[in-house]
Amino acid sequence: MIRGADIVVKSLISENVQHIFGYPGGAIMPVYDALYDYHDQIKHILTRHEQGAIHAAQGYARVSGKVGVALATSGPGATNLITGLADAMIDSTPLVCITGQVAAHLLGSDAFQETDVVGISMPVTKWNIQVRRAEDIAPAIAKGFHIARSGRPGPVLIDITKNAQVESGAFNYVPCLSIRSYRPNIPVEAKAIKAAAELINQAERPYVLFGQGVIIGKAEQEFKAFLDKTGIPAASTLLGSGALSEDHPSFVGKLGMHGNYAPNLLTNKCDVLIAIGMRFDDRVTGDLSRYAKQAKVIHLELDPAEVNKNVKCEVAVLGDCKESLAMLTAEVNSKTHEGWMEKFRELELLEKESVINHDLSPTKTGLTMGEVIRYVNQYKADDAVLVTDVGQHQMIAWRYFNFKTSKTQVTSGGLGTMGFALPAALGAQMADYSRQVICVVGDGGIQMTIQELGTIMQTKAPVKVVLLNNNFLGMVRQWQQMFFDRRYSFTELDNPDFIKLAEAYNIKATKVAEREDLSDAVADMLTHDGPYFLEVVVEKEDNVFPMIATGSSVEEVRLS
Amino acid sequence: MNRYTILIYTENFIGILNRITIIFTRRGINIDALTASESRLDGIHKITIECTVTQDQIVHLVQQIEKITDVIKAYYFEDTQVVYQEIALYKLPIDSLDASLEKVIRRFNAHIIAAEKEFVVVEFTGHKEDTQALLETLKPYGLLEFSRSGRVAIAKPRFSVSEYLNHQTL
Repeated sequence: MIRGADIVVKSLISENVQHIFGYPGGAIMPVYDALYDYHDQIKHILTRHEQGAIHAAQGYARVSGKVGVALATSGPGATNLITGLADAMIDSTPLVCITGQVAAHLLGSDAFQETDVVGISMPVTKWNIQVRRAEDIAPAIAKGFHIARSGRPGPVLIDITKNAQVESGAFNYVPCLSIRSYRPNIPVEAKAIKAAAELINQAERPYVLFGQGVIIGKAEQEFKAFLDKTGIPAASTLLGSGALSEDHPSFVGKLGMHGNYAPNLLTNKCDVLIAIGMRFDDRVTGDLSRYAKQAKVIHLELDPAEVNKNVKCEVAVLGDCKESLAMLTAEVNSKTHEGWMEKFRELELLEKESVINHDLSPTKTGLTMGEVIRYVNQYKADDAVLVTDVGQHQMIAWRYFNFKTSKTQVTSGGLGTMGFALPAALGAQMADYSRQVICVVGDGGIQMTIQELGTIMQTKAPVKVVLLNNNFLGMVRQWQQMFFDRRYSFTELDNPDFIKLAEAYNIKATKVAEREDLSDAVADMLTHDGPYFLEVVVEKEDNVFPMIATGSSVEEVRLS
Repeated sequence: MNRYTILIYTENFIGILNRITIIFTRRGINIDALTASESRLDGIHKITIECTVTQDQIVHLVQQIEKITDVIKAYYFEDTQVVYQEIALYKLPIDSLDASLEKVIRRFNAHIIAAEKEFVVVEFTGHKEDTQALLETLKPYGLLEFSRSGRVAIAKPRFSVSEYLNHQTL
């Protein structure tokens, strides 16, 4: 018999957890007390806010492919996790969050720091449970890890009452391998593969859209083999970036509101659309009633609830795309699509002339966000991780960052959580100290979680923070300019001296405002041993293009 | 818009009903009626939900319900595919009992299931249209109270949850 709190920690160790991100408090103190004894087996990272802890766990999970673990106390500690849970839910990130809860006999009494976190988190968790007895802790954690990482991954919350943490129970960790009500692995149907292959073989202008499912399914090799054989042009969603090297001949660019010109426009010109591990988010499709209506759609998808949700498909290939892609490659003909590919390249040229060249090699005075990313590309390692926040800088960094290998991007896609980047970068770095982690962030978003500079200071995590400062909430300002008659309502920021701030946290910091200093500054940052803060003062009122305005069709993508 | 019956088989897990109903709440869809009880299988609960939605919506709703970890299986049916019944109770003042009321009770094949000094309780089962018809008929008799259950339903198409559970693949 051991203490419930020890069961918590021993269960985590049994799940091979090496890092936990958290913040202590009354109702979780027994677990913190237990952690004290196991610090050689499990490393706890003390963030400065629970939201920081969960975003760090997300960054950790996305880079390592493991389940991220966050720990918080009851009440406000638990509610501070909610944004991260919602983010992980919509972006399919595997997390196990453990919260303390008041003692079982106090439940429902409005006790100090009591909140119904199981009720609050229900819509934003894949599964959650409250544990009130010590002996129920290990089975709940085992089930939680199984659910978080299997099928379409997602966040799990386990709420443990304080009495369960201090009481004793038998400990015998049995990993959970299956749950009778839950079937995450859907066998791929040969019939569906055959139907899909037939459509692909007959297609004249086939087009592949790929999403994060390829990365989650560890299907990068199978995906590449499929494209090598079929020669089909392929475009990525925001979260799919990295699944295919951008140097691959099939890669034609990025989809969505601020994606590339050709990939959006030609969605309405293809005859067979092959969607792989993506969910037709509205930021990808624009107006659904005018989206790829001419095309027969094949959807390779693990989550049955995503099939026919937004776009009706001709053939649904349910199951793990690692399996289905390999089966499909065996069935399809070797082909090239030169004429069709040429269309992408022509439009790409148009985008280069009217947008990309101005972004990357501007001739006007003010610095652009794009040219900063150009230098990042020049000096970064191939497997460097790009972590971004939400807004203009996110779109620009995603558009221009040269993704070469998988698991090289961590960003808040579906939820669009400002404040995500800084803690997520810390977590990403914890997953692998040998990789460069480049956190590109705006002056708005960084101030939502800027306290995590303290965690970077304490852990000495060598995160490279690139602050693109335009003294505006840039994306909102862009919309105000375009759709609200330039009425800049509450989007201009009076900012602190970020360099002084970073230096106060003992982080080496440099500010660049002139083009001639930029190259050396980025190079210095990336070769610096340890955390680094680079502020780049960029043009105040630059806009991100191309753009598909809300409610517009993909073929109405604008270059200016 | 069609009326559908959703049959959901779930584990007996605290909060499962909430997990199901928030799927409707989030989409602004009203649940017309809901009943929950143990099924004929030990430890497995059966929840019956009646709602009025479009064909696309019902497919989407059932997919979302099935996605819940502790839901074993969910099915949806149109009214013609299920045998269903609702129970209604009507409380009437004792002095309303007269020959014409007796006729009404006979005509509907309803039953008096309780009698107290001041009132009687009439029980009637049927479809909502039937129980509603009796309600309208009884109103002039000084109806004191009325209560109607959600739908309980048995599907006509053959399916077996226990067979489904036996074909468990890891």
